Amino acid sequence: MGRTLAEKVWDAHLVRKGDGAEPDLIYIDLHLVHEVTSPQAFDGLRLAGRTLRRPDLTIATEDHNVPTIDVELPIADPVSRTQVDTLRRNCAEFGVRLHPMGDAEQGIVHVVGPQLGLTQPGMTVVCGDSHTSTHGAFGSIAFGIGTSEVEHVMATQTLPLKPFKTMAINVNGTLRPGVTSKDVILAVIAKIGTGGGQGYILEYRGDTIEAMSMEARMTVCNMSIEAGARAGMIAPDDTTFDYIEGRDHAPKGADWDAAVEYWRSLRTDDDATFDMEVDIDADALTPFVTWGTNPGQGLPLAERVPDPEDFGDDNAKVAAEKALAYMGLEPGTPLREIHVDTVFLGSCTNGRIEDLRAAAEVLKGRKVASDVRMLVVPGSMRVRAQAESEGLDKVFTAAGAEWRSAGCSMCLGMNPDQLKPGERSASTSNRNFEGRQGKGGRTHLVSPLVAAATAVRGTLSSPSDLD
Amino acid sequence: MEPFTSHTGVGVPLRRSNVDTDQIIPAVYLKRVTRTGFEDGLFAAWRADDSFILNQEPFRGGSVLVAGPDFGTGSSREHAVWALMDYGFRVVLSSRFADIFRGNAGKQGLVAAQCEQSDIELLWKLLENEPGTEVTVDLTAKTVRAKDFSAAFQIDDYTRWRLLEGLDDIGLTLRNVDAIGEFEGRRPTWLPTTNPVTAG
Ligand code: SF4
Repeated sequence: MGRTLAEKVWDAHLVRKGDGAEPDLIYIDLHLVHEVTSPQAFDGLRLAGRTLRRPDLTIATEDHNVPTIDVELPIADPVSRTQVDTLRRNCAEFGVRLHPMGDAEQGIVHVVGPQLGLTQPGMTVVCGDSHTSTHGAFGSIAFGIGTSEVEHVMATQTLPLKPFKTMAINVNGTLRPGVTSKDVILAVIAKIGTGGGQGYILEYRGDTIEAMSMEARMTVCNMSIEAGARAGMIAPDDTTFDYIEGRDHAPKGADWDAAVEYWRSLRTDDDATFDMEVDIDADALTPFVTWGTNPGQGLPLAERVPDPEDFGDDNAKVAAEKALAYMGLEPGTPLREIHVDTVFLGSCTNGRIEDLRAAAEVLKGRKVASDVRMLVVPGSMRVRAQAESEGLDKVFTAAGAEWRSAGCSMCLGMNPDQLKPGERSASTSNRNFEGRQGKGGRTHLVSPLVAAATAVRGTLSSPSDLD
Repeated sequence: MEPFTSHTGVGVPLRRSNVDTDQIIPAVYLKRVTRTGFEDGLFAAWRADDSFILNQEPFRGGSVLVAGPDFGTGSSREHAVWALMDYGFRVVLSSRFADIFRGNAGKQGLVAAQCEQSDIELLWKLLENEPGTEVTVDLTAKTVRAKDFSAAFQIDDYTRWRLLEGLDDIGLTLRNVDAIGEFEGRRPTWLPTTNPVTAG
């Protein structure tokens, strides 16, 4: 019987097949490290007198804690500084390549890997961060791990893992102008729910996905975890190969040819079956925004804040009531009338060059509303440099937005970029949990286009509202 | 890791679904570089409210958490498990756990026991009507008991075996170190390394 893409990649990494209840032992090709989930892992190695097995398959960057202004100054927050200093010491001690603050290659770990060409089809990629699923856009199995698994990979370059189920997410049709890959994934999550993907590896398929750029595909795979799945992947094709070719760590010469030949085999066989299939009609999609406190609580922008009474299921009803209370929203309010204080453009979901280009296109010749603060935070210093070479920074600053250095920034309340209690944001990041962007902060997840249009109008908007 | 066979302790009813890891321990507590001392961050936002269950006697000293469905969703932070364990919890009962949380729990010796939602509801009522009721979680028999309530729970066999034996993960894997070496010898040469690429 045929195999799915995920099964092929899995089988190619079997060090040892588990028998019975014992899991498989899977080899890990690339381990990405950052300052938050690694200190205790390094500590664990030290305590047990173990070594890092493959420093040459490990790379570190500073992202979660770093300020995005005044990056040449020491980090003011003592705890953040301790984490960053600890990472630097650990990388020096264990021989791990590190891109620290101020380095030209520093950035969010999931932006850095692909742009260096380190993420390639058919690989296994892990990181102590749940948005590692981003790298699945290349046809790799990529997933987030906890700190003890980080330590495990450091010590053994493998992970004991249970086989997974497979789910096909078939997306077909043509996205209308103004509808992006972010809207696709928000619609997927709203459809299957935040727990719908649990236990599955998702494979995004169909002509809508095939027509997407690599960066758009990364946005889709990035949020697989918000649908409950540990990993999401897309079969590699010419779009993938074109993106990788010529990057620092891409295979060269005869190696390139051998690699591409193998990569072309990484497709789900026609006679393979998925454990579950979900269909999404891309023609019908419109810009999507979230109204609640989990990424599944989303609706098309043209709709109104839902009434909890309309939810059939009691749990969903209570969840909606709690969400609306936290978000300070009244049922029936048109989503377009929700006023925001802050717009955040960035994160590993939407902090890449195409995202910045799309937002700049909307902001060109326009102004951010006077009562709105807009932060533009490139996903990496390389993205920042590229944007500056295209003059995008000028567009953002002329519109009244703040142009920052690379980092996770307002994606999570761990660095100086935070919402104040009660403040409301339109954010291109991936999580709208209570307090995610700062204690008491209220988050609406949106695409870069909606973020930019919202910044101009001051209420949740799409670019078509600006004409 | 200490072997776990059976545990008896005060049950804490947490009537919430979708308890995500930002709720279990907010991001601000993740900045520490140590492995212990995370109990102060557990449910920090909720504990600021005096009426929160863990601020009430006798739940304050609870060690068996009885939670709603979809417990541990969200970020992969293992600190969520550390915070629960540092506080004193040995077991979490829920009708559905997020995959990553469940994995993290098993590795640290926290028992994530999956029950029917109807049993969770019965336990909630029991624990609310008689605060301080002790709950016994027997990993050998895969049962949870409290007063005259008794129900089976699910946990995968491998995790159960590991918990019963108190086995460390890395040590288990390193028994296969030869197979790992052989696998490395078979990897295609074009796969990337992170060694810096020198120009030219
Ligand atoms: S940008 Fe946000 S989701 Fe991405 S790695 Fe950073 S904190 Fe995690």
